[in-house]
Amino acid sequence: MLQHYGPQLINLLAAVLLLLAFAMLSQRRILSLINLFAAQGAVLCVATVLVASVTGQSHLYWSAGVTLLLKVLLLPWILHRLIRRLNVKWDVETLLNIPTTMLVGIVLVILAFNLAAPISQLAGTVTRSTLGIAMASVLLSFLMMITRSKAVPQVVGFLSMENGLFFAATAAVYGMPMVVELGIALDVLVASLILGVFLFQIRERFDSVDTRHLEKLKEH
Amino acid sequence: MNLADAAAQFTELLLALLLAPLLTGWVNQCRSWLQNRSAPGLLQPYRVLAKLFEKEVVLAHNASPLFRAAPYLIFGCLALSAAIVPTLATGLPLNAAADAIALVGLLAVARFFIALAGMDIGTAFGTLGARREMLVGFLAEPALLMVLFTASLISQSSSLSTIVDVLGHREFAIYPSMAFAGVAFTIVSLAENARIPVDNPATHLELTMIHEAMILEYSGRHLAMMEWASSLKLFVYSCMGLALFFPFGIARGGDWLGIVLALPVLVAKLAVGGAALALIEILSAKMRIFRAPEFLGTAFLLAVLAMLVHVLLEA
Repeated sequence: MLQHYGPQLINLLAAVLLLLAFAMLSQRRILSLINLFAAQGAVLCVATVLVASVTGQSHLYWSAGVTLLLKVLLLPWILHRLIRRLNVKWDVETLLNIPTTMLVGIVLVILAFNLAAPISQLAGTVTRSTLGIAMASVLLSFLMMITRSKAVPQVVGFLSMENGLFFAATAAVYGMPMVVELGIALDVLVASLILGVFLFQIRERFDSVDTRHLEKLKEH
Repeated sequence: MNLADAAAQFTELLLALLLAPLLTGWVNQCRSWLQNRSAPGLLQPYRVLAKLFEKEVVLAHNASPLFRAAPYLIFGCLALSAAIVPTLATGLPLNAAADAIALVGLLAVARFFIALAGMDIGTAFGTLGARREMLVGFLAEPALLMVLFTASLISQSSSLSTIVDVLGHREFAIYPSMAFAGVAFTIVSLAENARIPVDNPATHLELTMIHEAMILEYSGRHLAMMEWASSLKLFVYSCMGLALFFPFGIARGGDWLGIVLALPVLVAKLAVGGAALALIEILSAKMRIFRAPEFLGTAFLLAVLAMLVHVLLEA
């Protein structure tokens, strides 16, 4: 049963990950963005558990556990606290025209699928066809970091890019070694803490968390 | 084409004509329940139709013959599409009359005439409604076509009847692409049927209405035909969605027992679908008309993604 439907379910979850990446790209509200990020972490966690049970790679259960703790619970909590303290909870961001961003996103997806196709043919894993989706979500997170002007969405983009990388590793070679994974997890955690401090500094200086202020080198 | 097939086709068409107002009534009832209002009876749309058929027709002085012909043309288009979409059985005579692409064309013809009729009298409201309808329509149509293309890619045929045969009678498999296509189709059918995030079917508030603005000048039996046609449109879209995404229980042509068994399955699926539609309408707010392009753009994006995902994961 699981052997038969497992790979199909993994494919479905991969598709949901791609969908969530697009949802994040199109989201205007910062609060919903963080909730979507938590949802992406949850889907990633379920997908990892499925890969683990289909392939019998027991270390993936640990990765799934780390994902659950860090990306579904801890990081969204930190981010929620951050936006409450910064008081940007209901900020509606004015950014590039969203439909244009989405069209660029589709082009990126086609690019990622084409890039991944030869690699997946070489891989022997059951998850090989999802590599294209993993690469696409990395690129979409990149796009999000580029097109957003406020700092918090940029941080969320950075974190969701790590989600994409994690999924790519699971898809291509059934996950990274545990030491590397723990190292990355710690990096992401520290990065989000440092970025949090950084955001407070930006706001203190400019009364807003718009990173466009940082482009000016001198004060008037 | 033998007599039995023709009889099955006729039954299907008759059923569509009779069930369509019931579906509208059911959606309204579910919506009233969810809004904590006491619901109008399930048969209210039939009573409205009966009342309108008895009333006399009031025409504007400058109404052209097109204005009088449009309700029948639109009703005819939608009745034909209801006969083409497989509801009870596949492989019926009219199924071969049009494939999925021609079906979209048929629905576009209906939209064309309703927009013309809206502009015919020359009132501001009718023109406003027609322009908005065309805006929504031209954005929804490509998304709908992409959804149908995805299903066609899976089943290697653009005929709805074959799509249902392939999807409904093969071993159960999960298609991620159909999940995307399903969301896109839901958005498209909300927009096409003038449901809440895009249009509100229960309002005559001038600034927000789309569909109601176009049929504002109609009365009597013309209005009855228009109302019936919009019920039929909801029915056609629901059945198209059920045929694409939940094709289980639809019989093959000529299998009479199957057709008889397909009827309760269809009614149950429509009941669940109608309740889901009411739930979506309750949970979402009417959006500004200028947000509609973005909403429908999302549907197009999802449908394109569905095709890409199909190529990547399922090919």
